[in-house]
Amino acid sequence: MSPREIAIVSYASLLAVPGEPQRDEVELLLPVVTEAVARSGIPKRELGFTVSGSCDYLGGRPFSFVMALDAIGAWPPIAESHVEMDGAFALYEAWVRLQCGDVDSALVYAFGRSTQGDLGRVLAQQLDPYTLSPLWPDDTALAALQARALLDRGRVSERDFAAVAARTRGGDADELVQRPYTVAPLRAHDRGTVADGAAAVVLAAGDLARKVCKRPAWIRGIDHRIEQHQLGQRDLTRSVSTALAGERAGVGKGPVDVAELYAPYTHQELILREALGLGEGVEVNPSGGALAAHPLMVAGLSRFGEAAERIIDGSANRAVAHATSGPCLQQNLVAVLEAAP
Amino acid sequence: MSDASKPAKKDADGEVRRIKAPVKLDYTVTAGLALSRFLKGVTAGKLLGQRCGVCSKVYVPPRGGCPTCGVGMGEQVEVKDTGTLTTFCIVNVPFEGQTMKLPYVYGLIALDGADNALHHLILAPPEEVRMGMRLRAEWVPPESRPASMEAIRWFVPTGEPDAPWDSYKEHL
Amino acid sequence: MAATDALTAPYVLEYTYRRSVGPVLGRFLTGLRAGRIEGSRSAAGKVQVPPSEHDPDTGAPTTEFVEVGLAGVVTTWSWATAPRPGQPLAQPFAWALIKLDGADSALLHAVDAGAPEKMKTGMRVKVRWQAERTGAITDIACFEPEAP
Ligand SMILES: [Zn+2]
Repeated sequence: MSPREIAIVSYASLLAVPGEPQRDEVELLLPVVTEAVARSGIPKRELGFTVSGSCDYLGGRPFSFVMALDAIGAWPPIAESHVEMDGAFALYEAWVRLQCGDVDSALVYAFGRSTQGDLGRVLAQQLDPYTLSPLWPDDTALAALQARALLDRGRVSERDFAAVAARTRGGDADELVQRPYTVAPLRAHDRGTVADGAAAVVLAAGDLARKVCKRPAWIRGIDHRIEQHQLGQRDLTRSVSTALAGERAGVGKGPVDVAELYAPYTHQELILREALGLGEGVEVNPSGGALAAHPLMVAGLSRFGEAAERIIDGSANRAVAHATSGPCLQQNLVAVLEAAP
Repeated sequence: MSDASKPAKKDADGEVRRIKAPVKLDYTVTAGLALSRFLKGVTAGKLLGQRCGVCSKVYVPPRGGCPTCGVGMGEQVEVKDTGTLTTFCIVNVPFEGQTMKLPYVYGLIALDGADNALHHLILAPPEEVRMGMRLRAEWVPPESRPASMEAIRWFVPTGEPDAPWDSYKEHL
Repeated sequence: MAATDALTAPYVLEYTYRRSVGPVLGRFLTGLRAGRIEGSRSAAGKVQVPPSEHDPDTGAPTTEFVEVGLAGVVTTWSWATAPRPGQPLAQPFAWALIKLDGADSALLHAVDAGAPEKMKTGMRVKVRWQAERTGAITDIACFEPEAP
């Protein structure tokens, strides 16, 4: 059975760089959800399913996703779900839900307040609690282990990391690479700018998508793969899960115009490009990606939204969207979006 | 020394069965725009809510959005510091940080002019407390009022006749 | 409505969790307390340190344990210029993945090398134990270069 045709028909986001000191979660989310729903042309009450992605540790508010529902107006009672992950993984749940065939549209949203706490300590909580968390390694320390392994493999240099930073967030690579290390071999520009934000996407199936959107971004393939958690059990220089998810999503079946990759670190963009087989001709992260603004839990859904926008606005015909989760690209979700029906 | 390097639990045969895995994370949280207006209000002895432009309901404290309509809240509304007890419980269990002597009453109060109910302590003999009871806020003196619900010490009975069921049945 | 400067407040989230470790990690942690490092052996003969609770290839529960060396090789490392609260060392140190002698996977820990110039992928390091051990990963205080 071939999967049902599902498309992204609208996207909205709010990125607060380097943080949002005023608004709370609902105040951040409400204008974003309102805009995405309005752009979709589907009345809010008619959306068949709602699912969100967020993480309570970020803002330090247990069950914050329950309060965030104030931004949706869950009355009369709605069909709703939540993942304690990036919103891109909520989008995957919505895609699976729409495959059931009894509902034709879904609202997916994400919010993240990465700047209210110490992200390095918060992210130590996603690690194995017996052998890793007690050492409190921060995310940069672990990413730097991966960066060193990649440098040791010999095909890329710290100058290549700086070039990724210069392209996505500005600056001159030759100058950036002279700057001091934060956690060697990484420098400040190698880590995405910690930010707050919210994003929302509306998905629609078949005829409904064609009715509400001139150029829906059709999800032609989507796949999610995960690897071992322990860094010492993986080859950190390759993302086997991304390569497999990309293959199953059909990345190589045609030319790619644009790719939005969720790479929280410069060297991870290089690893992802290789895993997905994206050549020099592919425009990668024209939005600036997670390096320009990194609101956790939102950055992945934003990649899907940004890639879809390029299809919807007619500037691309075939796009790749990617999201990651876990230390050093532990799990990866890849989708191919196409304009062709 | 790391947080987790505290003594592990041993059982009779000496095998490690459990570890202590404490988590401590520090945040600076924002109250948000709507709640900040409310909290500044309570330090001035005012209870400020907001009215939803769609369903006309007044929420105190105000929220980032109307929970039934999913739209931003509109006009600011000051409500009274008197109200009706809609429901309550009698607390008999001690817990850390408790300020009241057991047993005491904790209740939901629909303030006059508001369409939702507020949680607070009720200072009254538990056996006399009932749904529909009329209450008023007892404020902490202005000079020591914090920007939190502790600006109100508790609610006390006004002595008025009980409110009729129909006046608060929507607020349960 | 007039612009409001939002109020902010410090907030501490604290959980005093105790975790059951299960038989496989229990054996590993019991070993650390005794000054010994044990890994799991998979059906294919691969030795994982820390031990895997299940065979990475077949998913079968781990039943076979192997004692590995107290020294090994750095497979990759990074340099923490400004150590953070809770991390193994207070002075600048290296984070490293260390493949202990006899193991097929690498363990994350700290290396007290003094300066980044003393670190190199492929270098040998050895365990420095805590004076008082309790059955936790932090029973390993850190690693140190085998040849000073
Ligand atoms: Zn309303």
